[in-house]
Amino acid sequence: MASAKPRVKVPASAAKGEIIEIKSLISHTMESGQRKDKEGKAIPRKIINKFIVTFNGKEFFSADWAPAISANPFLSFHMRAEESGTMGFTWIDDDGSKYTAEKNLKVT
Amino acid sequence: MRKNNRKIMMAGAAVAAVFSIATIAAGEPKSGYLSAEPETQAMQDDDFSNPAMLVTDYGGDLWSTADGDSGKSCEDCHGDAADSMKGVKTRYPTYYQPWGKMINLELRINECRKDNQKAKAWKYESKEMLGMASYIGYQSRGMPMAVDIGGKATPFFTKGKEFYYERRGQLDMACSHCHEDNSGNMIRANLLTEGQINGFPTYRLKWSGVGTLHRRFKGCNDQVRAIPYERGSDEYVNLELYLAWRGRGLAVETPSVRN
Amino acid sequence: MIEETKMKLKETPKEISRRHVIMLVGAAAATAGMLPRVSLADKAATDAAIKAIGGDGAEMSGITLDLPQIAENGSTVSVGVEVDSPMTADNYVKTVYIFAEGNPNPDVCTLHFTPAGGIARAYTRIRLAKTQNVIALAEMSDGSFKRETVEVKVTIGGCGG
Ligand code: HEC
Ligand code: HEC
Repeated sequence: MASAKPRVKVPASAAKGEIIEIKSLISHTMESGQRKDKEGKAIPRKIINKFIVTFNGKEFFSADWAPAISANPFLSFHMRAEESGTMGFTWIDDDGSKYTAEKNLKVT
Repeated sequence: MRKNNRKIMMAGAAVAAVFSIATIAAGEPKSGYLSAEPETQAMQDDDFSNPAMLVTDYGGDLWSTADGDSGKSCEDCHGDAADSMKGVKTRYPTYYQPWGKMINLELRINECRKDNQKAKAWKYESKEMLGMASYIGYQSRGMPMAVDIGGKATPFFTKGKEFYYERRGQLDMACSHCHEDNSGNMIRANLLTEGQINGFPTYRLKWSGVGTLHRRFKGCNDQVRAIPYERGSDEYVNLELYLAWRGRGLAVETPSVRN
Repeated sequence: MIEETKMKLKETPKEISRRHVIMLVGAAAATAGMLPRVSLADKAATDAAIKAIGGDGAEMSGITLDLPQIAENGSTVSVGVEVDSPMTADNYVKTVYIFAEGNPNPDVCTLHFTPAGGIARAYTRIRLAKTQNVIALAEMSDGSFKRETVEVKVTIGGCGG
């Protein structure tokens, strides 16, 4: 889905040991599987069911999502800044598609 | 334990709502933002929390993508939108010479696509139009709404104003019955606001997405069981002009978040 | 809600608009009856899910669950959760489960934390089909559980999972 373009916020730099807040937002209808179309036919479920965050390749936070997560999912969480590096974000769709984003963090 | 700062925030919102009722009498317009729940306000306050920014970003991508027979992007001709489009939203709808009538921002974008970019017009409520209208509107964030209703715009302004006070639909109600006489009162689960337009395109929780002002007009016509007009119709553009003037001075909030 | 509307409208001096707004409320109530019925989860289903995880004996403290008392739209309800923990290698929060008792399916999300997070706190936005309890259940690294419940009044339901 081409429109599933994420927005992530990671501070550009942080002091060593500082706990930073990370915010993530992705465009997705999160079709719950509970809705019906105009003809009364059930609209099949199609959601992002998994969100994984890594730092320098190592996973440090993840989430499993059910259909009760709102459209255009938002999630904020934290990390203790220990070293400079790259944070990687991956969202996995029911249909197997993966959407990704990356941000660099400089630890001073 | 429930965090109790929320109650304080709620109390703050209640004060804001009361304040808004008090000042309507004084004639100063109040944004719908002030009546929104604190959680909804918080979504709008932070661009990394505001889901409409996903759509706005998409508009930004389109801005720099070549399209149409001209092979040009908006950026190729207009440069950085932060300069060239700053303030544009505040003066729309505006009188448009080639048509001899008013044009709003969405329709102006399409005119430019057809005339200059030599590209196909976008559908009014398409992802592309919502993206571009949000992106251009965003460049005027915080600037006061300031449409010109003088000169050639005057007769269209008068039509828009008449529309606003005209009763319609099975319920025989005018816009003013809800948004002037009853703003500050509850209707079903909704707190009625002044129905200001400074935040459009807006992300509505009810829509779980971004929509244009004319989509909202259609909804408000539907609510009183009136037959809505087409998006982009003369009726709605004139109405938009009246409302832009009614809310003159309000800061542009595009893209806002509302219930 | 209708009572509340009438009550508030009494304060307005405008007879005509009062009458019309009340008519509108009636019309809206009629359409509400046409909404599709969905089967909703209940306390029993949620308790069973918690038991399956092993959290039925959870300690009822140590979690801050931040939700509005009244959600203006069930399609998008902000929820924040924070679990008291030093988040060190040998004492941290492993998992936080969020359940919504009154949704078609009680599962909302599962958050997997590690000590690298520094703090076990997250914010997200969820769908709530109606007024109901939202429950956070935290599994700690030593295998113990903490639990918190908050009731949220939902004025307009979101077709939740
Ligand atoms: C080939 C050059 C060219 C391209 C490409 C182009 N424009 Fe324009 N645009 C113009 C010119 C020239 C004007 C002003 C003259 C006119 O057409 O009225 C204008 C006017 C506008 C205006 C009115 C501005 C105002 O101050 O009222 C808007 C809005 C606009 N363009 C948006 C866009 C968008 C959005 C795109 C891309 C989808 C775009 N334009 C692509 C040349 C271009
Ligand atoms: C029966 C009552 C009713 C009537 C009549 C009505 N509306 Fe509304 N309108 C609402 C409600 C309810 C809302 C959502 C709460 C709010 O913002 O007031 C709303 C919202 C709006 C908004 C969005 C405000 C914002 O901050 O985003 C606009 C704009 C608006 N209405 C314009 C109109 C116009 C123009 C008309 C006449 C064509 C009209 N309304 C007629 C009930 C009504």
